[in-house]
Amino acid sequence: MSQSYLDLRRKLSGRDRSLHEKVVTLEEAAALVKDGESVGIGGSTLSRTPMAMIWALIRGRKKRLACSRGITSSEGDWLLGSGACEHIQTSWFSQGIVWGISKVMRHYVESGKVRFDEWSHMAMGMRYRAGAMGVPFLPMRSMLGSDVMKQRPEAREMDCPFTGDKLLLVPALNPDVALIHVQRCDAYGNAQIDGLQFLDIDLAMAATRVILTTERIVSNDQIRRAPDQTKIPFFAVEAVVEVPFGCAPHECSGINEPLFKHMDYYTSLVNKEPVKGMAEYLDRYVYGPKSWTDYLNLLGLDHLLEAARHGRSVSNA
Amino acid sequence: MPSAADYTASELLAVMSSRLLKDGQIVFAGVGIPLLAATLAQGLHCPGLTILFEGGVIGPVIEPGKLPPSTNEQRCTIRANMVLSSTDVLLLLQRGYVDVGFMGGAQIDQHGNLNSSFIGDPAHPKTRLPGTGGGNDIASLAHMIVAMKHEKRRFVESVDFVTSPGYLSGNTTRRDSGLPAGGMYRVVTDLGIFGFDGKTRRMNVVALHAGVTRDQVQDSTGFELVFNPNIETTQHPTAAELGFLRKLDPHRLYTA
Repeated sequence: MSQSYLDLRRKLSGRDRSLHEKVVTLEEAAALVKDGESVGIGGSTLSRTPMAMIWALIRGRKKRLACSRGITSSEGDWLLGSGACEHIQTSWFSQGIVWGISKVMRHYVESGKVRFDEWSHMAMGMRYRAGAMGVPFLPMRSMLGSDVMKQRPEAREMDCPFTGDKLLLVPALNPDVALIHVQRCDAYGNAQIDGLQFLDIDLAMAATRVILTTERIVSNDQIRRAPDQTKIPFFAVEAVVEVPFGCAPHECSGINEPLFKHMDYYTSLVNKEPVKGMAEYLDRYVYGPKSWTDYLNLLGLDHLLEAARHGRSVSNA
Repeated sequence: MPSAADYTASELLAVMSSRLLKDGQIVFAGVGIPLLAATLAQGLHCPGLTILFEGGVIGPVIEPGKLPPSTNEQRCTIRANMVLSSTDVLLLLQRGYVDVGFMGGAQIDQHGNLNSSFIGDPAHPKTRLPGTGGGNDIASLAHMIVAMKHEKRRFVESVDFVTSPGYLSGNTTRRDSGLPAGGMYRVVTDLGIFGFDGKTRRMNVVALHAGVTRDQVQDSTGFELVFNPNIETTQHPTAAELGFLRKLDPHRLYTA
């Protein structure tokens, strides 16, 4: 399961790491993800989810993706329901507490069609961090004694050689590709993130390559005026796509809050009939639209602007 | 003074658990009742209480009517002292900065273990539940308050699956498993307040809410409760407490 250290290094050195432009279209970025690859998804629950990128992967008919995320919401439904993902590692999977339990997750996991490996949230974080640090594992003190640990033979208990304390060693997670949405980055991939970072910085540095979607592309001069705000360095990034409202119907901090009415509609549709409802949703909202802008049109300008107004005014307290 | 007819079970849970918090504490709060209760405590009797959220937030101010749908949205960061990565906020639990972990529960057993992963055999589950999130980390590393509805199907002898550890099989099994710190402190329900025996680690009755009988609480529990010698009766929620809660959650998102 853990990859060889030298292989992981070789994959980095095989890529052009110069300061060069890498702006592509959503479709071109989707083509960079191959069937069967492991995909780390940025953001958490309803926040800064790279929805546009996932939408494009599903339209690109990807198969056998092995996905991971700290906390998984409706983007996980999409990945399972479309047949793009057969294996997911996460700490929590449902659309959101206010909508109950995802019937899509239940359908695919209970029938054995999809494997859902449960780790604690901190374990997911420590696994990406180990990956980012270039070490094969990190020790931690939770999950011990629980059935969550018993379900995960990949994690090992050990007695600390210094203190004798019982510790859990969790293996590094180095996805082939990380999908991360940010508020702004330059054409080279220097990325700035506002608000909550979740596990994204460790995920970016653990992954072999990063595909960034961004609310807007700014100049390299603007990045250089505030380099302390850069959270992901250009050389980790393989491609940059400008996608305004690229997290809809989820939230992007400072840009838009979740589109709650659409989420209510979506969850009632798929939780009533997880297969038929999802097929209907995918046809209408994922395969149907001509472009991401066309998808946003389907969500409705009124709804989007209302979510944007709330998203921008949140810190007006 | 309001009577039982004047508030919902969720409001009762929020008020009773908020009274257990003390000024100056650092509280790692889940969404829903825990978030409301911690904010209520902060507003009424613990001005120096600090809330942490799993998304990566230290010391935010929750605005009335702008409750976050989970602890991972920008509404959680309003007027916060610091935002940091989710891993780093969870590591504050491991380092020992957190006085109280505070969350809701779906199923609990006599030793305070919580299940939010599976109903039935995990290999062939009847129901796959959403999973632990940060619940396992919080319950493994901090003293816990759990707020939940008191029903026989939720209070079982042993949970189908230990997602978030209480005292595991009781006695010293929690410590022996590598969890020397923290543990279940109180379970707050719509019937009463429960603690755990210092030695056997079995659940016992600390207090009952006004009008609740011993038979009623035992009948609603799937295992034999230990009744402490001096069981107190809690005071009804006050008008001030209910007023604060209703201002905080005017749409009854969490207190329906």
